[in-house]
Amino acid sequence: MSLLETQGVTKAFGGIQALNSCSISVEQGSITGLIGPNGSGKTTLFNVMTGYERVDGGQIRFEGRAITNASPDKVFRLGMGRTFQLTRVFPRLTVLENMHVAAQRNDLKGLFSRWSSTHEQRRALELLDFVGLTKHKNLPAGNLSYGQKKLLEFAFVLIAEPRVILLDEPAGGVNPTMINYLTSRIRALNERGVTFLIVEHNMEFVMGLCSRIMVMHRGTKIAEGTPVEVRANPAVLEAYLGD
Amino acid sequence: MKILKMVGVLALLACAIIFPQVFTDPTVTTIGVFTLIFAAVATGWNILGGYSGYISLGHIAYFGIGAYAMAIFCLHWNIPGGYEPFSLVPLAAVIAAVVSIPLGWIALRVRRHTFIVITIAMFFIMQLLAYNLIWLTNGSTGLGLPLPVSWGGYFYNYPFYYAALILLVIATLVSWWIRNSKFGLGLLAIRDDEDRALGLGVKTGASKLAAFVIAAFFAGAAGAIYAYFVESIYPATIFDPNFDVAVVLMVFLGGLGTLPGPILGALILEPLQQYLNLQYGEAGYNLIILGGIFLLVMLLLPRGILPTLQDMWTKYRSMREQESPLQAEGGIVITALPGVGRSTAGRAESAPTAIAPNQNEPGEGINV
Amino acid sequence: MGLIIEAIVTGILTGGVYALMSSGLTLIFGVMDIINIAQGILVILGAYLSYVLQQQLHIDLFLGLLITMPVMFGFGVLIEFVFIRPLKRDRTMLSLLVMYGLALVIEGVLNLIFSADLVQLQGWYTTASFNVAGFYLSYIYVFGFLLAVVLLAGLYWLVYRTKFGFSLRASMQNRVAAELIGIDVERVSAITFGIGIALAAAGGMAFGATNAFDAASSYDLISRVLAIIIFGGMGSLSGALIASVGMLVVEDVTSVVWSPVWASTVFFILLVIILVVRPQGLLGQAEVRKQ
Repeated sequence: MSLLETQGVTKAFGGIQALNSCSISVEQGSITGLIGPNGSGKTTLFNVMTGYERVDGGQIRFEGRAITNASPDKVFRLGMGRTFQLTRVFPRLTVLENMHVAAQRNDLKGLFSRWSSTHEQRRALELLDFVGLTKHKNLPAGNLSYGQKKLLEFAFVLIAEPRVILLDEPAGGVNPTMINYLTSRIRALNERGVTFLIVEHNMEFVMGLCSRIMVMHRGTKIAEGTPVEVRANPAVLEAYLGD
Repeated sequence: MKILKMVGVLALLACAIIFPQVFTDPTVTTIGVFTLIFAAVATGWNILGGYSGYISLGHIAYFGIGAYAMAIFCLHWNIPGGYEPFSLVPLAAVIAAVVSIPLGWIALRVRRHTFIVITIAMFFIMQLLAYNLIWLTNGSTGLGLPLPVSWGGYFYNYPFYYAALILLVIATLVSWWIRNSKFGLGLLAIRDDEDRALGLGVKTGASKLAAFVIAAFFAGAAGAIYAYFVESIYPATIFDPNFDVAVVLMVFLGGLGTLPGPILGALILEPLQQYLNLQYGEAGYNLIILGGIFLLVMLLLPRGILPTLQDMWTKYRSMREQESPLQAEGGIVITALPGVGRSTAGRAESAPTAIAPNQNEPGEGINV
Repeated sequence: MGLIIEAIVTGILTGGVYALMSSGLTLIFGVMDIINIAQGILVILGAYLSYVLQQQLHIDLFLGLLITMPVMFGFGVLIEFVFIRPLKRDRTMLSLLVMYGLALVIEGVLNLIFSADLVQLQGWYTTASFNVAGFYLSYIYVFGFLLAVVLLAGLYWLVYRTKFGFSLRASMQNRVAAELIGIDVERVSAITFGIGIALAAAGGMAFGATNAFDAASSYDLISRVLAIIIFGGMGSLSGALIASVGMLVVEDVTSVVWSPVWASTVFFILLVIILVVRPQGLLGQAEVRKQ
């Protein structure tokens, strides 16, 4: 069942056509990779899917429902989480406080305490534990290392219990041990039913983790298949080497 | 530690309560009244400017609205001097808050930089309205407030002092309450990264507006007390840009975004300002000195006294920690540890040490 | 009807002068992301400088500009160097507050030197007038307008036709990228700031010749200039020009048709309207959501 799909999405920035009738489909429960040379439109696709950019044309559907041009917070509330290439945490808030900002979705009694319920507080601590940041929970997030910030971002996207998570270059600038750790976390969550769409340049990471891979080039999808299929596809090679 | 803080706060409060009984000189208690009034404005303003990062350089407009509301009520309802006008303070505050809703909504439609400028423009609009709506405000002739003739000598300042103190206490409590609530957390997140906060589901629009209105409420209440205290108000004296500068400066001086910062700033700045006005008010000296202080604070202490002190304290403590070996913690804090290995290698290697123990419990207890 | 025409003409002419004062402000914002809240008092400073030159040395107001403008240019560069360049974090906000402090100091000094007496700049053209379309128009309005036209044309030429102007526009669009292609953004900023203040000097002379002023007039000025650049779109030169003329015309016509008292309020009502309808101003850029 297709959980998330785009149909013929186009987006131009001035003279540059970032997305050119791009149609992709992400199966529920999968870990899908999205690769392509620089400038192929991967991040732009992420941006339009999560509401940070508006499309010029085409449709985006999540769980069958049209979410084209919905605002980021609406997309988030519908169950789609997303991380960023350059980590965006709240530097002046502590790690634990960062978690609680993400938990805003479930609030009503927000005026009376930081957490809506002890359940939420427990969840936040559990998630910090899951990513191994418990020790640093009272540190300002700005003090964390780059890899740790990535983990934190991962954690607070999780607190809203999203059904699909879009990861934008999660392995970028991170050491091998951390990459292994991330892989194990993603797998663990996938076993629980979370779908992943991952943009990544690190081929080893993508090929090792994803069951299905889509290749983009010049704003559109040019190939799709299992890692083995994609690796052997001549069009893919040409895209990477040709330009 | 927390108990120490509580005791400290109560002690300060006790001092504030006894202050005018001990120092009965009316000049001194007058400065006390002004200090408390502006501390309340500053504390309220900090909820918007300090917590959310939206600096409103014209919030004094609501101070003016509260002042005029008070004067107009007393005039039209024939309120006599005495304790009665104090009961109107909440009403004046509500008026100011209600006016701030549409204005805040308009102003908050733009991002920080333009927002600042718009709040300034709105302040001047208010001043103009005070001059021009003569049927309401009596224009440049100003309005008078009832005189509590029965209060004599040094007693006169007491009701004002305690009214202002109560207002300040309420403002501080509200500020503290907000800071520890989810609403406050949302504001702080907005300050750090508004778009990210929005993307995570924080209701940024409503939060900002709420902070704006709360700040206007306290400014209005303070303005009402002020008006009653100074006995007569004019557009020029109430909608005075210098009040605005002073309030903002107080918050910056004490520490933008901290809880006690605005109060500290008021305690330093208001007596200073009053003194300068008395001594040098005639020529332009008071402006020069005030502006000069402003410049110095902005250039040298942009974060304010309290945060700077806090930084110094943290640095001092981490320098002490430098003595003991750090293998167990391994590369967590990257600042303030000069001599200890800060290479990426050192940091990266230790990351697994911190997280490895949890690898064996994937997703246990987590509902995904 | 004649009155309305007169109002429109006066509005256009004074609009030109306000355009002078506003273009400096919007330029500074565009290049440096800084709101020069001291622009009002700097205009007044320029006016007082012209005043001193005229009173003490009997130099004609327009000729005096050859002195006041370079002086104010240098002063502007100095301010940028001393007060703005050291600010590293939170530049827009801190610079605003720093300039506010500076404005207070300058106002205090002017108050000290000149006291609160209102003065007005004089010249044969401030008193002589000529007849046009049935009403009398003082020469100074026309000359002030011509001055604005000349200076603004010069500014346009500078910004759009010179190498420096290219650097300036590049810095406006993307500081980092401009630096990467070898533009000394700091230098461009300093010079831009200087230009903005020099324009203020010219505006000050024109303003001072058509209005009685003292140091406190700066508040009214800065509020209007700010409203103008918000209306026109912060960072847009053309926007400042259109807004200046437009808002002044509306104000003057209102003064004639309704009442002078409400004229200035209408000015700000226009501001509120534009904020509701199009928050980025006429020609400003809409706020982009950061990803």
